[in-house]
Amino acid sequence: MAEILIKNVAKKFETYQALSDINLTISDREFMVLLGASGCGKTTLLRIIAGLETATSGEVWIGGKRIDHLPPKDRGIAMVFQNYAVFPHMTVFENIGFGLRMQKQPEAVVQERVKRTASLMHIEQLLGRYSGELSGGQRQRVAVARALAMEPDVILMDEPLSNLDALLRLEMRAELKGVLAESETTAIYVTHDQVEAMSLADRISVMNRGEIVQAATPMEVYRNPAAEFVAGFIGNPPMNFVVADRAENHQWRVAGEHYSGPKSDEDQIHFAIRPEDVVIAETGLDARVRLVEPLGAHLHVTCDVGGRMFRAVLDSGLEVKAGDHLKLQPQLDRIRWFDKNTTKALEV
Amino acid sequence: MNSNRLPYLLILPVTLFLCLFFLYPFFQVAGQAFTNDQGLTLANFERVFSDWKFPISLKNTLLLAAAVVPVQLALALLMATMVNRMKKGRDIVLYIWTIPLGISDLAAGIIWLAIFEQSGFLNSMMHSLGMIDRPTSLLSYKSMGMVFLAIALAEIWRATAIMLVILVAGIGLIPKEYYEAAEVFGASPWKRFTRITLPLLRPSLQTALVLRVILAFEIFAVVAALGGTLFPVLMGETYSYQFDLLDSGSAAAIALVILGISIAFTLVILRALRVPKGAQI
Repeated sequence: MAEILIKNVAKKFETYQALSDINLTISDREFMVLLGASGCGKTTLLRIIAGLETATSGEVWIGGKRIDHLPPKDRGIAMVFQNYAVFPHMTVFENIGFGLRMQKQPEAVVQERVKRTASLMHIEQLLGRYSGELSGGQRQRVAVARALAMEPDVILMDEPLSNLDALLRLEMRAELKGVLAESETTAIYVTHDQVEAMSLADRISVMNRGEIVQAATPMEVYRNPAAEFVAGFIGNPPMNFVVADRAENHQWRVAGEHYSGPKSDEDQIHFAIRPEDVVIAETGLDARVRLVEPLGAHLHVTCDVGGRMFRAVLDSGLEVKAGDHLKLQPQLDRIRWFDKNTTKALEV
Repeated sequence: MNSNRLPYLLILPVTLFLCLFFLYPFFQVAGQAFTNDQGLTLANFERVFSDWKFPISLKNTLLLAAAVVPVQLALALLMATMVNRMKKGRDIVLYIWTIPLGISDLAAGIIWLAIFEQSGFLNSMMHSLGMIDRPTSLLSYKSMGMVFLAIALAEIWRATAIMLVILVAGIGLIPKEYYEAAEVFGASPWKRFTRITLPLLRPSLQTALVLRVILAFEIFAVVAALGGTLFPVLMGETYSYQFDLLDSGSAAAIALVILGISIAFTLVILRALRVPKGAQI
């Protein structure tokens, strides 16, 4: 069992508050992705779990044992670094076996595990090579194999695919998911790439300014964002926001239409809808088309709705051009509402 | 201008400089070493090798290098590691440690002579502490160990910093991620030093050792100041052939012997610390 418990963790670098009061539980064998823009604290949190950074306050528990005072090697973790950190002066074999050698494992165990993880990552033919003789993708495989060879309780990954080219990233992403699912380790994966997060994660923790804004399954994060930040960060193009004015009986006036929404005392709140959740109809939001981008499968249409930019993903068979007036009808069960001041989601 | 020729044009001044001030004198010295009034000969070498002081000065030079260079290497590594760990005041410490580099070797020898001679600091300190009854002559033929120690100390004090500077630069080139990876995978600080720092520092170690070993074989002024004629070394012999015995043929021959030893050791160091292809940072 390697459940991870993060309790009230905060980190301050001199005057800069990198993390404030992080609380997170990661279940055994769960694939947790920490997602956020650069500077949001996701890497700092990972490094605190790894033991490469010390939290200013708070506790970290792995498998029912408090580990925040232990050195990295006694935490039952292994890590894959952003720049691979494959030791250049050692062969692939020595790299993968490094941790096992440090643990003074018997030679037979080292041989067996290195060969097994190397074949799992399809690099068994490279065992005698140095890292200077490997491609970026091969180095990445060595870095993953080195972590897996430790048979850790928890595997930590810091943007492991960000240095690979686009095609290789797709391939490694799928492979990583398969290999990690099979290894039955708990995984924490840091990325700024929302597509990577969506495709890999069991759960995503979306981080912003040193806080976890939402921790939920990819679909939950996508469908029911807990705050405007999450709605705007996830999805490409991101969710649309339109100002809604109070009418009577939980009705809200949005760009010339009325929709039933939350019971709020505010006079104005935000109406939100994903770009792909609108269709052109007889009635709906008043929209003036500004820009049309035909992408083959879809049309990306940028409009003006209630004085704000609004993006819609429409069927590519439609004839739409800049300057058109459209009525965009939202799919009613996909409408979300946010408080204008706190930017938090409002319950209907 | 043809861009293919530009690099050659740019290195032309340096090449001319080296030919004029290095290659030309080198061939002149080699010529002197292998000739005398009768033409081509090995007589100069025979005279040098048959001199009773040659084996002593060769032994002294090698012993001194063997005693001084390893200590300097260890010290320089230790100091470089310490400097690299420092967050504040790093530059100031580095400047202070490199001050001896700015002092000429003869001046350094005289400074240490002021410590070790009969009326020197060491004697007066031991005397005032009551450890000795009267000042003694520390640097005499009766205490050759002390002479050797004084020369070694002066050399270590004077010339460790040149290795330090090279190693500090070299350690700075090693990416931090390697240390973090090593730490995560269970390497203790000592293992991180031996398994990461040392192997990745090989190019810098090569440079530092080659430079230091060559200079160690050329030791002269410090020995002259502290040991005088008590402790003959190869460079001192070269000097005395040239200026005391006015025998420039033998001086050239012994200079070539020093060059030969330096080249041999350089090749050994380069070979021992070479980095396999594909294993560079």
